[in-house]
Amino acid sequence: MQNETADFEVTLRPTTGWLQVELAGIWHYRDLLTLLVWRDFVAKYKQTILGPLWFIVQPLLNAVVFTVIFGNVAKIPTDGLPPLLFYLCGQLGWNYFAQNLSASSATLVNNAGLFSKVYFPRLVVPLSTLISNLLTFFIQAATFVGFYLFYKYGLHHGGFGITWQVVFLPLLVLQSALLSLGIGLLLSALTAKYRDLVHLTPLLIQIWMYASAVIIPLSQFPEKWRWVVALNPMISIVESFRLMLLGTGTVEPLYLVFSIVFTLVSLVAGLLLFGKVEKTFVDTV
Amino acid sequence: MSRPAIEVRNVSKVYQLGTIGATSLKEELGRLWDRARGRAQAVKTGEFVALRDVSFDVQPGQVIGLIGRNGAGKSTLLKILSRITQQTRGEITIRGRVGSLLEVGTGFHPDLTGRENVFLNGAILGMSKAEIRAKFDEIVAFAEIEKFIDTPVKRYSSGMYVRLAFAVAAHLEPEILILDEVLAVGDQQFQRKCLGKMQEISTGDGRTILFVSHSMAAIRRLCQKCVVLRNGEATGPLDIEPAIELYTENLTESVYDLDVSQTKRSWGAEARVCRMTRLRIVSSNFLAFGKPFEIEVHLECYRPITKGLLGMAFNTVEGTRILTLDSDVNDRTFDLQPGKYVLRARMESMPLHPGFYNFCISVGGGGHFFDMLDAALWEVKTSDEDRWSDRGAGGCRIEPELCIIPESGTAPAIYDSRSA
Repeated sequence: MQNETADFEVTLRPTTGWLQVELAGIWHYRDLLTLLVWRDFVAKYKQTILGPLWFIVQPLLNAVVFTVIFGNVAKIPTDGLPPLLFYLCGQLGWNYFAQNLSASSATLVNNAGLFSKVYFPRLVVPLSTLISNLLTFFIQAATFVGFYLFYKYGLHHGGFGITWQVVFLPLLVLQSALLSLGIGLLLSALTAKYRDLVHLTPLLIQIWMYASAVIIPLSQFPEKWRWVVALNPMISIVESFRLMLLGTGTVEPLYLVFSIVFTLVSLVAGLLLFGKVEKTFVDTV
Repeated sequence: MSRPAIEVRNVSKVYQLGTIGATSLKEELGRLWDRARGRAQAVKTGEFVALRDVSFDVQPGQVIGLIGRNGAGKSTLLKILSRITQQTRGEITIRGRVGSLLEVGTGFHPDLTGRENVFLNGAILGMSKAEIRAKFDEIVAFAEIEKFIDTPVKRYSSGMYVRLAFAVAAHLEPEILILDEVLAVGDQQFQRKCLGKMQEISTGDGRTILFVSHSMAAIRRLCQKCVVLRNGEATGPLDIEPAIELYTENLTESVYDLDVSQTKRSWGAEARVCRMTRLRIVSSNFLAFGKPFEIEVHLECYRPITKGLLGMAFNTVEGTRILTLDSDVNDRTFDLQPGKYVLRARMESMPLHPGFYNFCISVGGGGHFFDMLDAALWEVKTSDEDRWSDRGAGGCRIEPELCIIPESGTAPAIYDSRSA
């Protein structure tokens, strides 16, 4: 710290400009970032018996419930894929986004006590959740791979298989991260003012899941109405996950481009609004 | 001469009243709807000016005190300087890295061990992992908790907790340090250690320090210059004695029936167990030396309190504590279930000499639950019957029980104040 301080000078003025992301500030607090990632991960499972196994149990239970209710009772087709794999893959594509969104939308409200006592770039907090949720994502991906191998080589199931497009999977994860960050920051800034959103956001995320092809694939919608469904940027992401990992998915280049544009727009909007609200939001808590 | 470490220029901070606190979406939509239909807005919101055109410079290496009564704008100024919130107008230039300590233990996580929290808390305060590692042993030794460093902090006593928290904070080494006095924590012995450490920091390697305190003794000991804040307006850095004089003159007394339902705790983050809502002097319509003193404290309990106590204290305006009234000195404590209560505390004879006093009050029980430093400023007056207090000397005057017997023999007392 001492060696970089020689010419450190900062002028504080009332906000005039809009977009001021302090990359240098975030870099200075990189150790805090890694410690927060580690804290999220460790603190969540102290005093639990299963520990990180909960990351596996939860989506697995969901997939089983989906298989019974939507697969066997409601008989919603799964693009010809084994239902359990279909739902596991859908959740893999969805959960990372959803977990980020619910964490980052609560950034300002949940950390009000901390933020009103000490300064550090506020973005460090949502960024740290993006990373700590990534660990969850890897654990869930490993579970998926386990079931994939079991179905393919244990049960000798055919009709699905990983495709070469899987090399783009990291980009898809990055897009999920940025999209959830953008929308999460927007929601966080709004939640600081309107506490109603504390209750509304979890509902929103749940409804959003049902509209994101986790359960009902895009192929089940009549072709002329698909564009309406694809106004949801998560559709392309979840369908792309299936295309890459299982070889079946409805991915239209147009929808994909729309989804990417949507991501960038929401990211910029989120950074702008969050940047404006974070400066004085402690006055209203 | 080098340029100032901190330049504050015409800084003002305006709070919007009425919009403070959470507005609900419904109200906001209602307001939009009204506006859309061309209706005048029903409620015109007011403004509160917390800081008004504040300007001053702090030179590198200077230790500056910041004094002012509650509500004078000290915390607002500290928050702006530490970038927690932003001024409405004006400009501040800071040359050097700032470390600000407005609270100890910020960001401590109860489930993590002492060791883990030292790293987390240090990073939150702006230290790098390498720096913390280098100072780790020193921090643990200072906190005196070597044995418990790998225990989750939720199992710490409140004393251990604050000692560790202060130890981390005290080893922060920025060029500009913003310190709130509330930091001197723990038992008497540790408090002395804290103040000693602060003194060491301030006299050490030419660091610039902004120090907020209610204790003029601490200000005299640590600071070279002093900025006085009154109703949002600040003086430039003054010499210590004139500054203290300015601070202690023209004091306005608090009312005898004080609504404190919105007052924030002085110490600790939130009022989770209980909070006081009203303080009322019920003994008479003024406080006077030698007269009964009775105060009514309205308390809202959110969680059960066991072995509770009411602590009250009077400080001189210079910040020296001269009278402490703790309800548990004879191990008499109380247990309360959640609910609303009125606590009445009484002294038969007010022992304080006439003068102005800051009244501090807390409710605790194995730790503080709710506390207000300088909750009120009250004047103790003299009364018609008072012919003694003007002898001066000392803060309190209490009549002892006195009994006189002749030195020779065992004859009965020739004087006994109890029967006189």
